[in-house]
Amino acid sequence: MDGGKPHPNTCPRCGSHYRDDELAASLHVCTQCGYHFPVHARERILQLTDEDSFVEEAADLRSDDPLEFFDLRPYTERLAEAELSTGLGEAMVIGRAAIEEEPCQLAVMEFGFMGGSMGRVVGEKFTRACEGAAERGVPLVSVTTTGGARMQEGILSLMQLPKTVCAVEDLHDAGGTLISVMAHPTTAGVLASFASLGDVLVAEPGALLSFTGPRVVQQTTREKLPDDFGLAEANYRHGHIDEIVPRPELRGTVARLLRLFANGR
Amino acid sequence: MAGEAELRLREQLSRLRSLPLLRGAKLSGELERLQKQLDRIVSEPSDEEIWRSVELARHPDRPYTLDYVERLFDDWFELHGDHHHGDDAALVAGLGRFRGRTIVLLGNQKGRDVKERTRRNFGMAYPEGYGKAMRAMELAGRHGFPILSLIDIPGAYPGVTAEQHGQGGAIARSQAELARLRVPVVACVIGEGGSGGAIATALADRVLMQENAIYTVISPEGCAAILWRDAGEARKAAAAFKPDAAHCLELGVIDAIVPEPAEGAHTDADEAARLLGDALAESLESLDGHSGDDLRRQRRVRFRTIGQVPATR
Repeated sequence: MDGGKPHPNTCPRCGSHYRDDELAASLHVCTQCGYHFPVHARERILQLTDEDSFVEEAADLRSDDPLEFFDLRPYTERLAEAELSTGLGEAMVIGRAAIEEEPCQLAVMEFGFMGGSMGRVVGEKFTRACEGAAERGVPLVSVTTTGGARMQEGILSLMQLPKTVCAVEDLHDAGGTLISVMAHPTTAGVLASFASLGDVLVAEPGALLSFTGPRVVQQTTREKLPDDFGLAEANYRHGHIDEIVPRPELRGTVARLLRLFANGR
Repeated sequence: MAGEAELRLREQLSRLRSLPLLRGAKLSGELERLQKQLDRIVSEPSDEEIWRSVELARHPDRPYTLDYVERLFDDWFELHGDHHHGDDAALVAGLGRFRGRTIVLLGNQKGRDVKERTRRNFGMAYPEGYGKAMRAMELAGRHGFPILSLIDIPGAYPGVTAEQHGQGGAIARSQAELARLRVPVVACVIGEGGSGGAIATALADRVLMQENAIYTVISPEGCAAILWRDAGEARKAAAAFKPDAAHCLELGVIDAIVPEPAEGAHTDADEAARLLGDALAESLESLDGHSGDDLRRQRRVRFRTIGQVPATR
């Protein structure tokens, strides 16, 4: 990142500029070059689900500050600011929904909330989404966009990795399904836990999916990085994901998978 | 800082005090050490003490996994390779006899000299290492062998090849394999418990930490580089995220602290091994008599409830 921020409606790849309504209509994909703009959690849910089918759950969960963490600013201040700017209580929204009339449970991350980082509330919400899916006998669809664990919760944020892993295992033991959709970026602690444990893993084009980000790898190893380091395309080539699905096809693809896993129910 | 950790230690202390003198001279030493730990917990570790833990956890003479293997296990047989692609020297696995029973050991392994450090990649495993660990876990599950896992890793390896070999997925699947096992799993952080690389082999029924070990979501330097935008502020970062054993016990992340020789494990590897061996044996004994299904369920409940979020406001 260097200097001034480009306008959020300007394509960083080809420079095309869009009005808000144009971007919404194209699902936040550049119609000129196919670049996928980031999508907020609420909008993602609208894009994926049948109209008025989404019922949010656990919306009232809020993080506290177990370590009284203070870096350049107190954690509590960062939390309050994130809630104000995103209108969300945390970096994940969960609830029940239907996609092309197939019932499912949803867990959708919000990158705008402290970089989509996973602290105790995100771990708890994801766990509840697994439990809800198992109880109702429907698949869970997760959509991740995250920088990893929430450092401000220290070791407790690392504990969200095993916690969400155990939740997926419980869901699988109950015969449940996890469909993991990885959007840009899905890195570090979330990639190293539930996002990689889906029965099916799909990613959006150009999404960064790496445990360690390119900057840190470059600084630590001074290796020359391949141009597509860590991107969905490289992960596909190396056999780590099942498919790359452009956003306009995502809803239909997820619905097809939901029907396949429902197996004639 | 009081709470549960203090209560637990006080209970341990009173139990030791009331023991008949069967264990002989060693007992007074235990008492003294426990009292010291208790004092440390009651008076919250200072920022300096936290940083001292970081330094001791990384001390170049600190005993590593194979130093403990040599002192604690008979008939050690190392298992090499993931039987798929490669052998990662940064993560060792093997079979051994520990106080009469066959166990599977997993452990991160650093090197002592430049050559060995390079060969073992400074203790930072590649996906092949987690692959080897998963193979050993499956073996343990098949034969009903308990697993002992020693954690000492600065962090997962930040390299191009590690990513190309699927580092994130490997760490996730290694945890999932542990979550599925029906055999006892005891883990102990014996040095650096660094982030994803550590948790890959630490999803256990009992999690212990040596007195001067650290357990972190990111290295102090990494945290400082991101939040303070200056890796030099590592001391501040460490003080803020509290990676020391006393805090981890207080937060419920670990179940017990394993005492070290007075000046740290690096001053007396034999004594450090004896103390670690006793703690591992005690943890294994506490899991005896549980059915495999019970172990698995309770292991998952353990992680389900760590650091429970506050009730809805």
